[in-house]
Amino acid sequence: MARELQEVYLIDACRVPFGKARPDGAYAQTRADDMVVKVIRSLLERNPQIPKDRIDDNIWAASTQWGDQGLTLGRTTVVLSGLPVSVPGCSVDRMCAGALTSACFGASEIQVGAADIVIAGGVEHMFRHPMGQGADPNPRFLAERLVDQSALNMGMTAENLHDLYPDITKDMCDEYAYLSQMKAKKALEEGKLAKMIVPMTVWTGNGWKVVDKDEQPRPDTTLEGMKNLRTPFRVKGRVTAANASGLNDGAAGVILASEKAVNEFGLKPKMRLVQYAFAGVKPEIMGLGPVPATKKVLEKAGLKFDDLDVIELNEAFAVQCVVFMKEFGMKLVDDPRLNPWGGAIAYGHPLASSGARLLAHLAFWFEEHPEAKYGLATLCVGLGQGGSMIWENVQR
Amino acid sequence: MPEELVTYFKDTYFDSPVGKIAIVTMDNGEDYKKPNTFGFGAMQSLNECLDRVLAQGDVKGLILTGKPFIFAAGADLTQVPNVKTKEQAMEIGRAGHAAFKRLMDLPFPTVAAVNGVALGGGLEIALACDYRTVAHTVEHIGFPECFLGLIPGWGGTTLLPKLVGPEKALQVIIYNALNNNRMLKAKEALEMGIMDRMYEAVDLLDKTIEFLVGIIQGTEKVERPEPDWSNVDQLCDQAKAFADTKVHGNSKAPYMAIEIIRKAKDISVDEGFAMEDEALGELIPSPQMQAGAYAFDLTQRRAKKPVGIPEGQALPVNKVGILGAGLMGSQLAVLFLRRMQIPVVIKDIKQEFLDKGVNYIQQEIQRQAEKGRIDKTRVNWLLTLLEPTLDYQDMADCDFIIEAVLEEMPIKKQVFGEIEGYIKETAILATNTSSLSITEMASDLKHPERVVGFHFFNPVAVMPLLELIKGEKTNDVTLITAADVGRKLGKRMVLVKDSPAFVVNRLLIRSMVETIKLVDEGNDFKEVDMALWALGSPMPPFQLLALVGPAIAMHATETLAAAYPDRFFVSENIRELVARKKPGIYGPDGEVDPEVREFWKQQDPPKKATPEEMRDRVSLALADEVWRMLDEGVVAGPEEIDICMIFGAGYPFYMGGLTKYLDYAGYSERVRGKKLHPES
Repeated sequence: MARELQEVYLIDACRVPFGKARPDGAYAQTRADDMVVKVIRSLLERNPQIPKDRIDDNIWAASTQWGDQGLTLGRTTVVLSGLPVSVPGCSVDRMCAGALTSACFGASEIQVGAADIVIAGGVEHMFRHPMGQGADPNPRFLAERLVDQSALNMGMTAENLHDLYPDITKDMCDEYAYLSQMKAKKALEEGKLAKMIVPMTVWTGNGWKVVDKDEQPRPDTTLEGMKNLRTPFRVKGRVTAANASGLNDGAAGVILASEKAVNEFGLKPKMRLVQYAFAGVKPEIMGLGPVPATKKVLEKAGLKFDDLDVIELNEAFAVQCVVFMKEFGMKLVDDPRLNPWGGAIAYGHPLASSGARLLAHLAFWFEEHPEAKYGLATLCVGLGQGGSMIWENVQR
Repeated sequence: MPEELVTYFKDTYFDSPVGKIAIVTMDNGEDYKKPNTFGFGAMQSLNECLDRVLAQGDVKGLILTGKPFIFAAGADLTQVPNVKTKEQAMEIGRAGHAAFKRLMDLPFPTVAAVNGVALGGGLEIALACDYRTVAHTVEHIGFPECFLGLIPGWGGTTLLPKLVGPEKALQVIIYNALNNNRMLKAKEALEMGIMDRMYEAVDLLDKTIEFLVGIIQGTEKVERPEPDWSNVDQLCDQAKAFADTKVHGNSKAPYMAIEIIRKAKDISVDEGFAMEDEALGELIPSPQMQAGAYAFDLTQRRAKKPVGIPEGQALPVNKVGILGAGLMGSQLAVLFLRRMQIPVVIKDIKQEFLDKGVNYIQQEIQRQAEKGRIDKTRVNWLLTLLEPTLDYQDMADCDFIIEAVLEEMPIKKQVFGEIEGYIKETAILATNTSSLSITEMASDLKHPERVVGFHFFNPVAVMPLLELIKGEKTNDVTLITAADVGRKLGKRMVLVKDSPAFVVNRLLIRSMVETIKLVDEGNDFKEVDMALWALGSPMPPFQLLALVGPAIAMHATETLAAAYPDRFFVSENIRELVARKKPGIYGPDGEVDPEVREFWKQQDPPKKATPEEMRDRVSLALADEVWRMLDEGVVAGPEEIDICMIFGAGYPFYMGGLTKYLDYAGYSERVRGKKLHPES
């Protein structure tokens, strides 16, 4: 007998401010698991109707599952957050789409009836865990020419993408990045992010300090200033520090609930899951990933690209965003539907946490736009993947 | 003197929705093992920090907290020996008061976020804030000052009674301090009204910021009940009577604190602080407080690393053997099981002795599990580690064997001789003898180098001291391994030369011999008891005699009398007491047993002594014995004698154990013409 799937709702989403992954960054002396604990405790404090012992899973993503990001982060943070020991937890990894994957897997647990309440999110402390820390790529990758050497360096893959789309110039990417900073500046000034950022008091080695703001945004950035920056990945390259996201520390998470739980606990859902999908591309052009993933999710959902009212696209590199816009016929390089409050170039991209940040942007943007119906969250993923998730606004 | 490890006050600022909040962190730059403490450097840093905070111009509130896991542990006691004059001492008081008063007078609300240990000055700086929040995990909140011979003199004695009333202030400042320095847990401090809010440790600071924002914008209110001052005099008199039973007037500190608490309601903060300055001026240079600081330092440092134990690798101890299932052997089994959680073979000569011991061990483990000292779910497994036997063969694979058989040399030698044929060549043989010679006990063995004295104090679970005795042939690895086992058992150790009755018993018996002589000369039991209790020991001498048991005391006295007949001997009256199997001098009603009074022969006509004369004679005897022990090299120095007397006999900090008292009361010089601690 066929069984029915349950609907999945996103109840809330929040994150800690994103810091710069540097010795003088806000979180230099803070553990990644403590950041996760802050997000979990904040989510549950904001939603006190949810009984803690009814949480069915705590799923956390990190790209480097080692040290303070290891030891089954989803389980350690149950204990560290003071949740009942009866709450289970696990860890997942899909690099930059880590938190998105946590949300997808948590959603599916709910869909098939294995769970009613799930906490899902991601963290990356890129200062404590530089990209690729401890990685040991199989020599066959290169020996058998399975991938080009550039596949393992994200900046190089962005240059590769420029090669593939010669009409997408560095100037276009700089302009895209500039606009991202300006959109973020406006959103911050208008308090659009206040609901999704929870301040965290951290030990700095020189007294305790409240971190209440992202460290990365550069509201005073100018196109002029971007022009002559170094292109560290290639001679005469196009990718610079200004048209890419930075290296960051941060954690973000969401609460997902079944329709049954929404009714039982009187929750106010922000959006309903329509569909998700992942797709792969050549590792050398990993930035292309969101294109096939989005085509796939639209097809599975029976929707057209134009049905989407808002798109939250992770800005690992400006070029990858412009490619996405071009592929879907969006207005280059400024389309009001894309990242209306700015993106990772401004806020930062602590790898595995970014997916949950995108979901937070969707959910709170929907709140302000009751007329909007569908939204997409999508990210590119190192080694050539894309992940896409379509949500329906239920705050209408 | 070590230099002050300065605790710095570090400020950061947070632009909250209600304006700028200063977050001040106390941090000495070390990890949690070295808590923040306050000296002149810290007070200067606090003043400079407050200058910076005020220079901001727009601060709306302040949070004071500590580095991770630590708030502040109070004044830097390592500086106490430098304080020689009343004026210097008063300056310490005034400097602290001035800095804390600035904190009190800030023109915006202040909150102390107590994130860890808050003792003495640490609690006082929290009291100088308008509000206090505490992490639910904090277990060390209190004023240990009176325990050390001081009063809370940076505002605590004035501010605490003003905040919570005299009854609770006396509880913290007098009763808890003098009850072996009992401390408050976060929840107790909250219930007493010392803390205003308790938050989970994980987000204490985030919650404290929310609390302060609420205070600033008026949405958060702290209700404090009006303290009850109606019976302050009665409460203070009761506290004084209690202090008498603990310090017998020898340390002035609790009495001075009580008098400030008595007046605290009606005096201004400034008047209270001035009284505290006066008290500090008198107390800090006083010999009792100097001894207190010395004793504190001993217990914190020297007692943790016994002098004379060689460096090196201990042998692994994975199985323990205990010879004798009597009360001592059974207590040792419980200790080994609880602390080391390794197999324990216990042997006796008769099944019924063994059954009795095993029964005791099982009950004791159960009892400790019920008290929460042992995980209940582990009880069954722990008891499977116990292997009772009548056969030496079952100890063949033991690594460490301790004997607790009858306190008679021939029996002990026989037992060691017998077991040596069954055990590994590397197994350690320890003896819990309280007075017999380790060297002689080992003399007939094939491997005398593995014999070591391992002398516990009764009750084994409670008394922290372990005397480690090195026989003539005891080798290094034996000592190292024994010390390693002692550490794992949670004991404080002192290395002692093989000598009659070692340290604690030798001194207690010397004092007891003099005590009994006083009675034999015609003084009354109770007069003698009261006079000598006032010296500072935790109980009157005849109560101690009953606790030890007259027979055991006599036995140890005989050992000493054999070695030093010039000054140790057994009174005929004690022989009679033991022969009649009397449990002590007093009956169950607390009065002298009529039968004892009947047979006890006193000098006629009696040679009466005043209480002062009695204390004088016992103190002189102790000074004489201490000098002799140091001459003989029984221990490395007077510090070891004090560690023994503090942890093995409960002698008070204000006597510095024993030797500081002998110095400041003049007895060391009367015996030998010089002090035991020449530098002081």
